Amino acid sequence: MSFPLLTVLAAVPLIGGLALIWVRGATGRLVGIGVSLLTLVLGLVAFFSSSSLSEDVTWIGSIGAHYALGLDGMGKAMVLLTVVLVPAVLLAEWHVGEEPGARWGTSAFFGLALVLESFALLVFMATDVLLFYLVFEATLIPMYFLIGGWGGPRRAQAAVKFLIYSLAGGLVMLFGVIGVGVQTAQAGAPSFLISDVAALHLSSTTGRWLFVAFFIAFAVKAPMVPVHTWLPDTAEQATPGSSTLLVGILDKIGTFGMIRLCLGMFPEPSKWATPVILILALVSIFWGALMAIGSRNLMRLISYTSVSHFGFMVLGIFALTTQSLSGSIFYMLNHGFSTAALFLAVGYLVKRRGSADIGAFGGVEKVAPVGAGLFLVAGLSTLALPGMSSFISEFMVMAGTWQRHPWLAAISTLGTVLAALYVLLAYQRTMTGPATEVVQTHFTGRDVTGRERLVMVPLIALLLVFGFYPKPMLQVVEHTAKTTMATVGMTDPAPAAVQGGK
Amino acid sequence: MTSSLLQSLEVTAPKLEYSLLAPLIIVLTGACIGVLLEAFVPRHRRRDVQTIIAGLSMLAALLSVAFTWAKGTRQVAALGSVVIDGPTLAAWSGLLVFGGMALVLFAERRVGAGQSSFTPMAAAMPGTPLERRASLARTEHTEIYPLLLLAVFGMMLFAGSGDLLTMFVALEIFSLPLYLLSGLARRRRLLSQEAALKYFLLGALSSALFLYGAALLYGYSGSFYFSDIDKAISVGQQSTGMLVAGLGLVTIGLLFKIGAVPFHSWTPDVYTGAPTPVTGFMAVCTKLAAVVALLRVLYAGLGALRWDWQPLIAVIAVLTMLVGAIVAISQSDIKRMLAYSSIAHAGFLLTAVAGASTSGNGLGAAQVGSTGAILFYMAAYGFANIGAFGLVMLVRTAGGEATTLSSWRGLGRKHPLFAATMTLFLLSFAGIPLTGGFVGKLLVFGAAWRGGYAWLVAVAVLASIIAAFFYLRLVVLMYFHEADDEEVVVARPGIQTILVLALAAVATLVLGLYSGPFVKVLTEASGFLR
Repeated sequence: MSFPLLTVLAAVPLIGGLALIWVRGATGRLVGIGVSLLTLVLGLVAFFSSSSLSEDVTWIGSIGAHYALGLDGMGKAMVLLTVVLVPAVLLAEWHVGEEPGARWGTSAFFGLALVLESFALLVFMATDVLLFYLVFEATLIPMYFLIGGWGGPRRAQAAVKFLIYSLAGGLVMLFGVIGVGVQTAQAGAPSFLISDVAALHLSSTTGRWLFVAFFIAFAVKAPMVPVHTWLPDTAEQATPGSSTLLVGILDKIGTFGMIRLCLGMFPEPSKWATPVILILALVSIFWGALMAIGSRNLMRLISYTSVSHFGFMVLGIFALTTQSLSGSIFYMLNHGFSTAALFLAVGYLVKRRGSADIGAFGGVEKVAPVGAGLFLVAGLSTLALPGMSSFISEFMVMAGTWQRHPWLAAISTLGTVLAALYVLLAYQRTMTGPATEVVQTHFTGRDVTGRERLVMVPLIALLLVFGFYPKPMLQVVEHTAKTTMATVGMTDPAPAAVQGGK
Repeated sequence: MTSSLLQSLEVTAPKLEYSLLAPLIIVLTGACIGVLLEAFVPRHRRRDVQTIIAGLSMLAALLSVAFTWAKGTRQVAALGSVVIDGPTLAAWSGLLVFGGMALVLFAERRVGAGQSSFTPMAAAMPGTPLERRASLARTEHTEIYPLLLLAVFGMMLFAGSGDLLTMFVALEIFSLPLYLLSGLARRRRLLSQEAALKYFLLGALSSALFLYGAALLYGYSGSFYFSDIDKAISVGQQSTGMLVAGLGLVTIGLLFKIGAVPFHSWTPDVYTGAPTPVTGFMAVCTKLAAVVALLRVLYAGLGALRWDWQPLIAVIAVLTMLVGAIVAISQSDIKRMLAYSSIAHAGFLLTAVAGASTSGNGLGAAQVGSTGAILFYMAAYGFANIGAFGLVMLVRTAGGEATTLSSWRGLGRKHPLFAATMTLFLLSFAGIPLTGGFVGKLLVFGAAWRGGYAWLVAVAVLASIIAAFFYLRLVVLMYFHEADDEEVVVARPGIQTILVLALAAVATLVLGLYSGPFVKVLTEASGFLR
């Protein structure tokens, strides 16, 4: 048996995280960051590995459950995202345990973040539905404690709201998971492998019910309107680091699952549901953007921008063209980095000011130019400025959608206009103008420190690199897009010029 | 003339398969010896002697079960009255393991500063000088250990009985000790006695219904044996009125013991009133014995009537799940909450009963059916439940156990290990992955769906969401609230209890992470012998 790289990749952060139960204090911090860097190295090895990595061990034979891992293009992109974001978050939250109101120490935060990283990596690598479900639910436990342990005064309620929404979505998915197991068993050989389920010939009624069960869970996770309300409440109360992990990594499981499980296992029902989902995606784009413009709290603002961005991703996924699908997967990666940059940069400012209210800021760029600059760069990435990688992915989504649904694509472009509004308005209100007295007392001489700048370097660098030279990354994700298109049985619409015969 | 008279007087001794029946005999003998010892052993040594006798007899019986299981003998024993088949052996193992764990909780005295959870003198009126004197003299009712053994014996016989009459006798054998044990709580004795009386009256009623149902089934088929009833139904020459009435009454008698709605009203009061170790024992072992008996009656005896009882059980399952889960939300006492939670779990079990996916109904040989799923579910539920009630015993104020939910506030900060263990059990109850409870739910719901009850699975998932809410509320109370009652302490139990709690926690994790072998073994053991 060859070296089980994928298992090791997931096991290292898990063991490291559990070890932090005993190793505490300054040592614990170093161990935590060390483990996350080791995971980064392993993740990069897996990312650049050309051989196909897969593992398959029977877990519960009688019901056909496997411990099966695999890594395709989309999985690689998500693994890259995860292993890069976690060390960045740990470095950014270096003193989280010393802040007033923290329930536990910094090493506990690091431990939970590492355990979360392990589960998230398993989600992105699982090729067995039951294993996927298992780790999908398991991510909730560390995330719950991350939200509930550190952050604002009403974080306990926020944590519970997060958990109830996710659990409810997860249990709806359990209905689908059981159904998948029953269908394969009735076909003769019980199995939860995604490939086996995809090979089933489900009756369209059964398939549609199962599709809906999975889709609801992912829509809660992503989050899409109307099941998004947990996200702003949670992000408002959690620390910026926890929010980054939540929105940057965990929410990607939603869109990831739509491609991997919904499209991968239920091609016919996916096509059947497309009209409704596309409308929901458009609603998410606009609702998220409008709510972001109306937000008075920076953290809520960022989370609403994410709702809008997830709308774009879902639009690209269910437009079902190679270009829009590749765009969506690339979008998932870019959104992870740009939202992380935004959450963390705003987090620095909020920590200094002691409030996330937009009204509490004003003229920060005069006294803390570096912090304001970071906010601006991250914000520009969020609004998909050309040159940033998010521009490319957003463009691909819209161009791909145009091929099949020109009107929807046309409407969605308005979303980008709104994006420019919410970012620039927020910047104008908080950073420009004369520095108020309060801002001066809080920010003078307390600009962003070297450690905090260091966190932002890789994130912004990646956004720029992928923005100017996206080709290698696109090749990686395009493969998944093509296989998904083949599974669903869709072909790209022929270019209009040929169609019209002119 | 004389010769024929002599012939009719001649009684041939029944041939008994002693090696197969050894587990039953060992436990019964242990109970009898225990009763006798009450008369001979001096008072201060009785507790040690009794616990040793009880522990040893359960251990020996467990070894004997394991031996038979390993040997692969599956046959009808004791002239058809006891059926030694896979479900019987699995149920016996479960009863003996959980009974043994309950025994340790029965004997736990360290948490109460040298006093057990049982009243020092049951005959004394509550609050009288006599009671106070008994308490000061540290007297104990060591009869509880033989009573526990008798109950375990009755449950084993109940789960393995091959005819309705044996089943009825077994029902009485395990019920009577339980009525007594429920009334023996040390604190809040009036509540405990009320619970015992309530349990007795309702239990007697359900026994009567069961017996009447058995008589009707006898009237229909001319036999008490499940195999004969099964044959008589398939021949089907009688009118079915008596048959269906018998089916209904017998099923009601069994559903009462499982605690299914609408026969659940005793559960909350008895669970709250009874001493906590007894509650843990009842919640697990009664349910296990009764559900196996229900499966045997429905699958082995009345399998041909599947189309009649499946919808009935499905409706009861829906009621049970929803009532259990919804009412549990509004509870403020942890024992009452766990009582309603056990009702909800009975509902989850019944979904698989209703599904009835067995090898007779087109299930593949190595696939998990209803029986295998239910056995696994009971194993996972049993460990978590005994563990949870064991932990409930530890949370105390000066006046005894502190069972109001508010006294659990903030325990996570003061006692991290305690809270983590309780969280594990609660997660298992809620069916969160990586615990045994999750795999159990998966199997049980899968079996229901295989039997064509997809809609029942949808309802069950909904009920699970509701149930998750109140389990998690307790987790939130422990971790994210500040203690407002400084008097509440988590007492340190004796080493045996710690071991039992550790076993429960480890088993909950192992059943969740490494379920493959267990599912396989229980699937192989899931065929009823007719």
